[in-house]
Amino acid sequence: MASVKMPQLGESITEGTISKWLKQPGDQVKKYEALVEVITDKVNAEIPAPLAGVLKEIKVKEGTTVTVGTEIAVIEESATATQRPAPAAPTAAAAQTHDSPSPLAGAGEGRTRLSPAVRALIEEHHITDAELARIDGSGVGGRISKKDIEDFVGRRAQPVAANGEQRQVATEARPAPAAPAGETRVPLTPMRRSIASNMLKSKQTIPHAWTVAEVDMTSVVRFRHQVKDSFKQREGVDLTFVPIIVKAVVEGLKAVPILNASWSDEGVVLHKDINIGVAVSVDDGLVVPVVHQADRMSIAGLAKSIDDLAGRARATKLTIPDVQGATFTVNNPGTFGTILSYSIIAPPQAGILAMDAIVKRPVVLEGDAIAVRSMMNLCLSFDHRVLDGVSAARFLQGVRRWLEGFSERIPLY
Amino acid sequence: MAQKTVIEAIREGMDEEMARDPSVFLIGEDVGQRGGVFLASDGLYKKYGEYRVIDSPLAESCVVGVAIGAAVNGMRPIAEIQFADFIAPAMNQIIEEAARFCYRTAGDFNLPMVIRAPWGGGVHGALYHSQSIEATFGHIPGLKVVAPGTPADAKGLLKAAVRDPDPVLFLEHKRTYRLVKGEVPDGDGVVPIGKADIKREGTDLSLIAYGLMLTYCLQAAEKLAADGISAEVLDLRTIKPIDQDAIVATAKKTGKVLVVHEDTRFAGIAAEVMAIIMEHAFDALDAPIMRLTGPDVPAMPFNHVLEEAFMPNVDRILAKAKELAAY
Repeated sequence: MASVKMPQLGESITEGTISKWLKQPGDQVKKYEALVEVITDKVNAEIPAPLAGVLKEIKVKEGTTVTVGTEIAVIEESATATQRPAPAAPTAAAAQTHDSPSPLAGAGEGRTRLSPAVRALIEEHHITDAELARIDGSGVGGRISKKDIEDFVGRRAQPVAANGEQRQVATEARPAPAAPAGETRVPLTPMRRSIASNMLKSKQTIPHAWTVAEVDMTSVVRFRHQVKDSFKQREGVDLTFVPIIVKAVVEGLKAVPILNASWSDEGVVLHKDINIGVAVSVDDGLVVPVVHQADRMSIAGLAKSIDDLAGRARATKLTIPDVQGATFTVNNPGTFGTILSYSIIAPPQAGILAMDAIVKRPVVLEGDAIAVRSMMNLCLSFDHRVLDGVSAARFLQGVRRWLEGFSERIPLY
Repeated sequence: MAQKTVIEAIREGMDEEMARDPSVFLIGEDVGQRGGVFLASDGLYKKYGEYRVIDSPLAESCVVGVAIGAAVNGMRPIAEIQFADFIAPAMNQIIEEAARFCYRTAGDFNLPMVIRAPWGGGVHGALYHSQSIEATFGHIPGLKVVAPGTPADAKGLLKAAVRDPDPVLFLEHKRTYRLVKGEVPDGDGVVPIGKADIKREGTDLSLIAYGLMLTYCLQAAEKLAADGISAEVLDLRTIKPIDQDAIVATAKKTGKVLVVHEDTRFAGIAAEVMAIIMEHAFDALDAPIMRLTGPDVPAMPFNHVLEEAFMPNVDRILAKAKELAAY
């Protein structure tokens, strides 16, 4: 017998949700054959069978979220699956046992084995999965006991302390009000939970600063208008503003490397690669696939890469590497008409840039002439621990100058 | 209030009931001149005479049969089976006649009779003087089965049994006769049949027992307390009708239950208690219900080492309870 555990599908991923069992108990499985579909923070992954054999038991039902390392299935290896040892003959010794065969046997997967009493308390006190994950089980094999829950509820009910962690706990402790008539409660999807916990973590740990630059996009708009049809014909993908902005951001980050960095208590970590996360809105939330080594790509290359990632994001076909390793993020709320956006930084990055809507406005040019120009706000949220307003402004000016100086001389390829 | 042993409490209970009600009489092997092999009826023969304390032939079917006949005719007999192991010859009388009499006569007749039977092991009584019979008779509808574990309960329940309109099998654990002492209230102190009793309050886990095992569980609970584990001890006192409410209440309170009896395991009283908890307190459970029982072997062994191996004791209860607490 071999147990299949919830794999660690990337750093910082602590739990996964079983979305679909592709095999049922009794099914033969080949080594590396897809066994189960797992949803983590942002991607679906198929988990392969670690060995050939017969799927004996499914330990975690579809729709259930478990922590990394939890046993999710048992596979009986081929050799033993065919050759079953004869059951041992009953011996006199068997008659001498007179206490219950320990029901604790097999309780090793304690964290996921919740007793009815514990389940009832979880329901009564509206304890979330995230809170549950924070409770240290004192029972055999780390099982969370009734007492553990009662202790936790007792601690949670204590008054708000200055400590951020405790404050968060206290907030969550407020029992969800019973939905009055006319209200419905939307169940939390894994993605919703993930967004919630990431955003909360970001706002609680990163001192956000926010700054905006206004960019004259007239040249970019004109250029894009000229080439977009031929580009589409040639490349098969639309030339949107996003790859152009990403290119500008890459140039800006090259000039201000402190923004392509991460805070750590031991020192600010400067990243060699420039990996740009591009926020893509999907049906039930938001995913941020990553264009890796964007600094090595042309505008056309970025366009193709972003189109591919966005398409796969919407089809929920992203892989784990697709969503990992971003060093900076570009967000495009302008496509929905916004003009000033305050984005939340995705830890451990140091900044996120929002491109707002390009709108035609009368603008005073050099020489005091008034002209109608295509204007856009670039809004930067940055981690003030890592850098200060001067560097942030320098980055924005760099991006602005690059975009305003755009001409057909800048190569698409 | 006075400190008494279980055997003293039983003797006193019979004495008081015989004094109170002239229809109460005692019948059994050696209960008269000898005063009973455990001296349960010591002195009663002298006090009440040969017509109310009757030495029977060595025939249990006769002891119970005579009692049934007397009860039908308005008497309130106390029939003593010298050792519970000897009850088998009387089973036909008890099961076919006594237990069904009220039902058979559509409620026209009751059988107000008590069958006293010293039971249980731990006294080096071997195969014919040590058995537990509560599960066997607990299974029979129409029969009440009582198994007190303290002097006060023994006296109080004996009085309730004598006054009960139906046949009551009154089980006296012979190891407790002189081992267990306790305060016995002055006066009647009737203890109702069908009511369990919390002998020790606790919050972490529940020990459910009766008879000698009650004493062992209380001792185990004391040791558990030293380890910071708060054990509640529920004394069933009555096997049938079982106190479902009390069982469910303690299970809901602690969420962890260990049932202990020395009777063999299969289809024992523990099985019934566990089933009741599963039916009525599943949502409150924080651990699988556990049981500690005698093994499914044909009888209490003669060899002392094997007898020791058969009987649940304080150490075994302690070990099992700790396992439950740690779950």
